[in-house]
Amino acid sequence: MSASPCLEVRGITKRFGGLTANEDVSFDVAEGEILSIIGPNGAGKSTLFNCITGFYPPDGGKVLFRGKDITGASAHKICKMGIVRTFQIVQVISDMTVLENVMTGAFLRTYNNRQVRAKAEEILRFAGLYEKRDFLGTAITIADKKRLEVAMALGTEPKLLMLDEAMAGLTPVELKGIIGLLRKVRESGVTLIIVEHVMEAVMELSDRVVVINSGRKIVEGAPAAIVRNPEVIQAYLGDRYHA
Amino acid sequence: MKKLAPWQIALCVAALVASVAFPLVVKGTFPNHVMIMVFLFAMMGVAWNIMGGYAAMFSFGNVAFFGIGAYTSTVLLMNYNVNPWIGLVAGGLLAAAAAAAIGYPCSNIRSHYFSIATIAFAEIVRIQFNNWKFVAAAEGLSLPILPEGFRNFMFHSTKIPYYYIILALLALSLVVCWYISVTRMGYYLRAIKESHELAKGMGISFVRYRLYAIMISAFITAMAGTFYAQYILYIDPESVLILPISVQCVLVTMLGGAGSIWGPVIGAAILLPISEVTRVWLGAKGTGIDMMIYGALIMLISAYQPQGVWGYITSIGRRTK
Repeated sequence: MSASPCLEVRGITKRFGGLTANEDVSFDVAEGEILSIIGPNGAGKSTLFNCITGFYPPDGGKVLFRGKDITGASAHKICKMGIVRTFQIVQVISDMTVLENVMTGAFLRTYNNRQVRAKAEEILRFAGLYEKRDFLGTAITIADKKRLEVAMALGTEPKLLMLDEAMAGLTPVELKGIIGLLRKVRESGVTLIIVEHVMEAVMELSDRVVVINSGRKIVEGAPAAIVRNPEVIQAYLGDRYHA
Repeated sequence: MKKLAPWQIALCVAALVASVAFPLVVKGTFPNHVMIMVFLFAMMGVAWNIMGGYAAMFSFGNVAFFGIGAYTSTVLLMNYNVNPWIGLVAGGLLAAAAAAAIGYPCSNIRSHYFSIATIAFAEIVRIQFNNWKFVAAAEGLSLPILPEGFRNFMFHSTKIPYYYIILALLALSLVVCWYISVTRMGYYLRAIKESHELAKGMGISFVRYRLYAIMISAFITAMAGTFYAQYILYIDPESVLILPISVQCVLVTMLGGAGSIWGPVIGAAILLPISEVTRVWLGAKGTGIDMMIYGALIMLISAYQPQGVWGYITSIGRRTK
């Protein structure tokens, strides 16, 4: 762990009218770490994502990326700084081929067509999509689309990759594949934050887990400890099952 | 998509040879006039396509840029004796500036709201010109008759030089469009078309790229406007600033295939002959037959081949692969 964390989230608060979606959420992410954010539906995980990546301006709090205050910066600028995110509902460019989709991401760092293409091909090999490079973005399976989203994000050369439910709705085999891919991504030096419901993946991948319920962080810790935490069990299953 | 397929190169060469040879083979003023109108609207379709086809910015106000181009070069020529070729560039620059002025506040307006904003803009420009004494308001401007020649951008005895000038301008626009489509900007516009959220997430400033698209589109459209003024030698708000011209830009592109390089050319090659021929044969009777044929064509295309004619051709290519 380096001295300064990759990302510092300090007291993020976001309200939509009378609804407080995030209240005073704080956590750190170390360089090279995989951090999972979990919580029941509607807990405010996606809102938190949006506040960090510049899609929503937070109503309070601060986000520091590698020591630099990025609170309220616009989304494309944050991406340029090195934080890239994927979406809960898979988004790829439907009238482009798989290769062109990744090239679009890679154009962020250079104008040079040949370099962009070479880099996109390299990323597709890395992500196991090279054989499907000429398929249209719409013509591949959901599992491949999720891989493609990761590949597109990698095209922008991120330092921090944030995945919003990249593993929902996959078969066990597909899940294994994407877990393997994310491990490789981390090994390549990228820090990851994942929002996930698939506990199998969370347990396997994460170094640490942050649990959010009703907009607040309730616990933070190692995955094995988290699943035994009474507050977490209560948040997921309700009072009746509370130990 | 990157490299042109052999059949596409063959098609380009064939189209170029045919267009260059056309006035030498087919004699007569009317066929040449029809072809000039085809090229003129193909050029405006290409311009519209850069914003509408690639970035899904469905402008119904491109006529404003056309009018600005026509008026700029004409006013410069009449009042300040500026050569129309310089007027051509000046009109383009002024239209691009106007596009930036309207495009920036509209940069967050999406889909049909953007269309409405562009219609409003074009109507404001039309009403302004209709009441603006400096440009002779509704009377319109008759261009001074200068000795014919390339230098003066004016020809009286033949339409053939106009034919080659507009062909060259169209070729230039196609090269610009092609260049955009294979470089970063083309990729970014297509990402913006898919979703603003996605584009933002990939680090794309959609405000900036939308602005680029509308400015380039305006520049090309304004050049078409200057050409039109030099060709017809008379302009007034009711001929160069009316909504149907905007609609025509949209129609040729959608019919031919939006978001493809050749779409607007194909669309114009189908629509303009119909429009011109029916106008000459049936137009004076006030029956609006040409508009009915348009309407029917557009309905058929949108019902059966929303990708346009070019989309149909490439889908055949894909199926046989």
